Amino acid sequence: MTELERVRAEDQRLAKERQRIARDGPKLTGAKLEARLERTWRRPPGILGWLATVDHKEIGRRYIITALLFLALGGMLSLAMRLQLAQPDSNLISPQRYNELFTMHGSTMMFLFAVPVMEGVAVFIIPLMLGTRSTAFPRLNAFSYYMYLFGGLLLWVAFLLNIGPDIGWFAYTPLSGPQFSPGKRADIWAQMITFTEVSALAAAVVLICTILKARAPGMTLARMPLFAWAMLVVAVMIVFSMPSIALCSGMLISDRLVGTQFYNHYEHGDALLWQHLFWFFGHPEVYIIFLPATGFVSVITETFCRRPIFAYPVVVLALISTGILAFGLWVHHMFATGLPRVGYSFYTSASMTVAIPTGLQIFCWLATMWDGRPRFQVPMLYVVGFIVTFVIGGLSGVIIASVPLDLQLHDTYFIVAHFHYVLIGGAVFPLLGILTYWFPKITGRMMSETLGKIGFWMLFLGFQLAFFPMHFAGLLGMPRRVYTYPAGLGLELPNLLSTIGAFVVATAVGLFVVNGLYSLYRGAIAPPNPWEASTLEWATTSPPPPYNFAHVPVVDSKTPLWDAEGELPVVTGLRVDEKETLLTTVVAASPDLREPVPAASLWPLILSIAVAVFFISSIFSPWAVLFGSIPCAIAAAAWFWPKELNRNPEPVIT
Amino acid sequence: MILEPRFTGDVADLPTHKFGPGSLTWWGIIGFMVIEGTFFALAFAAYFFLMGHEQGWPPEARQAPNLLWGTLFLIVILLSEIPNTMIKKAAHERDVPAIRALMPVIIGIGGVLLIIRGFEFNNLNCRWTDDAYSSIVWAILFLHTTHILTDWGDTVVLWFLMMTDVGWEGRRLVDTDENCMYWRYVWLLWIPVYLLVYWVPRL
Repeated sequence: MTELERVRAEDQRLAKERQRIARDGPKLTGAKLEARLERTWRRPPGILGWLATVDHKEIGRRYIITALLFLALGGMLSLAMRLQLAQPDSNLISPQRYNELFTMHGSTMMFLFAVPVMEGVAVFIIPLMLGTRSTAFPRLNAFSYYMYLFGGLLLWVAFLLNIGPDIGWFAYTPLSGPQFSPGKRADIWAQMITFTEVSALAAAVVLICTILKARAPGMTLARMPLFAWAMLVVAVMIVFSMPSIALCSGMLISDRLVGTQFYNHYEHGDALLWQHLFWFFGHPEVYIIFLPATGFVSVITETFCRRPIFAYPVVVLALISTGILAFGLWVHHMFATGLPRVGYSFYTSASMTVAIPTGLQIFCWLATMWDGRPRFQVPMLYVVGFIVTFVIGGLSGVIIASVPLDLQLHDTYFIVAHFHYVLIGGAVFPLLGILTYWFPKITGRMMSETLGKIGFWMLFLGFQLAFFPMHFAGLLGMPRRVYTYPAGLGLELPNLLSTIGAFVVATAVGLFVVNGLYSLYRGAIAPPNPWEASTLEWATTSPPPPYNFAHVPVVDSKTPLWDAEGELPVVTGLRVDEKETLLTTVVAASPDLREPVPAASLWPLILSIAVAVFFISSIFSPWAVLFGSIPCAIAAAAWFWPKELNRNPEPVIT
Repeated sequence: MILEPRFTGDVADLPTHKFGPGSLTWWGIIGFMVIEGTFFALAFAAYFFLMGHEQGWPPEARQAPNLLWGTLFLIVILLSEIPNTMIKKAAHERDVPAIRALMPVIIGIGGVLLIIRGFEFNNLNCRWTDDAYSSIVWAILFLHTTHILTDWGDTVVLWFLMMTDVGWEGRRLVDTDENCMYWRYVWLLWIPVYLLVYWVPRL
């Protein structure tokens, strides 16, 4: 028998076996189906199972918890800085330590909190919202989390060992170059960047593929929840912007380690090359943090106003145009470096233009509230707090888009006030709102409304107290990143107020955590759809089972649960003895393919350990690039290699 | 489920693999291609940014890279598309014996390319430490070399897999098809890189 004949005989045998595979359907539904799916989808037991899991809900939870821990750490650093600045001429913290504190604060908040927490929320909720059983590439998703974790540990362990970076969160050359930053502090910063960028890029690919290919049948692009739209835009932005910082920090490491001359003026390099590449990432980064928050706001506004979001197409177009415009703004961070006149005009007008789509979104939310019946529960309060605070931050942004004012206010506390208004007001407020909103989905319990309301008002008022006076400190000329200020310049009062406000904010965040922990054990058991929301994540139990949905839901409107009338249309036919999900077409979301979902695997963890060894040792020797890549290649091959080499009637990923 | 299911259709007869945009991994690979392409685009931007500061290019005291090895690399990598297309076609036709026979050819070509690349580095007429021009030229060539190297490793692993029984599975054929697509990307990338490294300094 030739091989071809043997293969054909095998094909026929497998086709017959395929007929016998158990699938969900009218005959296999309800509790019986759920029990079988549970057996197939549950995590392997023990600590190894915990480490090997590829369940997007577990990975999303880990992302969120890790990011919140980093928020707490970054927040503590800010309290230390505020204590130092509470009085003039204070010697509580030395200048060197202060440099480390603001570097660690900024780097932690941007790279270890803000971006990962948004990705974590998305990784948890997007598959549920889209009505699918898993993210695309769940192992890549697990790998992305571990890379993020190791990057964060690198930065913080180094800080605790007193070799934390001290070069500012944007690490400008030549300060961060070999001449002015000997030692390893700058390398640790740069390598932390490499970790977090690999992680963010991997998560971006996971999200793009999930959103484009794994939506429930019938969920055309025009019916997709606005949070999914926001995350699609954000993930595409990550794809185009994060390579920029990975490239420039790679060039910085090589300048420091192997003597390249990218940023060395004496050998025809240019320090401004750093600024261009950094801000080509750094400005879109702001929107990478902000746009998911606008998605949260749309979700909350729709649910709590009990009507579909006003002018859905306008909101989608605003998201897309903000995503595009965000790439045309980076030079406004560089006005003070000296630019051609035409550059000033272009980037000023671009910076003002981006206010238009953002303004459109705000008007759409206001119109939704106007026409709806708003319920001012905690998530909605955060939306209102967001609109007020973000609009103030947006307006101060339009002010500093103007070059003459920017030159005056550059590197002052006015800028610190501005970006905390847009980042905390624009992203953290909606984040806390959405965590309250999805808390029952994640844990099965409700957060306390009373504690939530107290926490919101403390946070909102404390925030204004902490950051509004910074506008005045900045106008009075107080520079950023200087460890103290002299008495008698009128800076005492605004600084004292800011410090008091910062502690109020910290208490409010602490209260949020207390509320979360208390509610986790004592909170009211959440009903299936506690907020009477419209989207599919509420069509399954809270917390969801490992397989998310027993049958794949079908969608025929933007608000499927509001239009469900007591029953949920579903399709059937996915196998129940192995992990399988449904893929649909990109635009129309017609059923396209059945796709096996990978089994839990330790290889993502092993690869991320190999990569971590590679990255960290390459801080110390260029040879690590050679020797470190070999274990990575072996781990990657083992990840890909099937664990059994006999053919199955239907594909499985072991 | 919270709501009672209303059964509207069955997907049991859908395929479990597809070539092209139907495949999930196709989208994943496109995603990584765009990411890597962005790296190249930004490295090119850095190259021109540095070039804009200079009176001459390459800067005084530097010579443009020797053309021989880079051009040879270009010829070989362009010719590699012939077996690449044959493998891609064989994957679509489920001609596993042809895939098994042709993959060593493309792996061999990859090896030859890596050797030529070694000579290329040696003929850049500069070391990465010399000046910013040298650094960026080395960086761009290094970036492209990582693509040759990773694709070579990936192809070797895939070849081993195709030699087993599971090579007959549809999804492995899709893997083969997408591996060929990625190789196209790698050689397409080489054309602008070649022009930049070898010809821009000669303009």
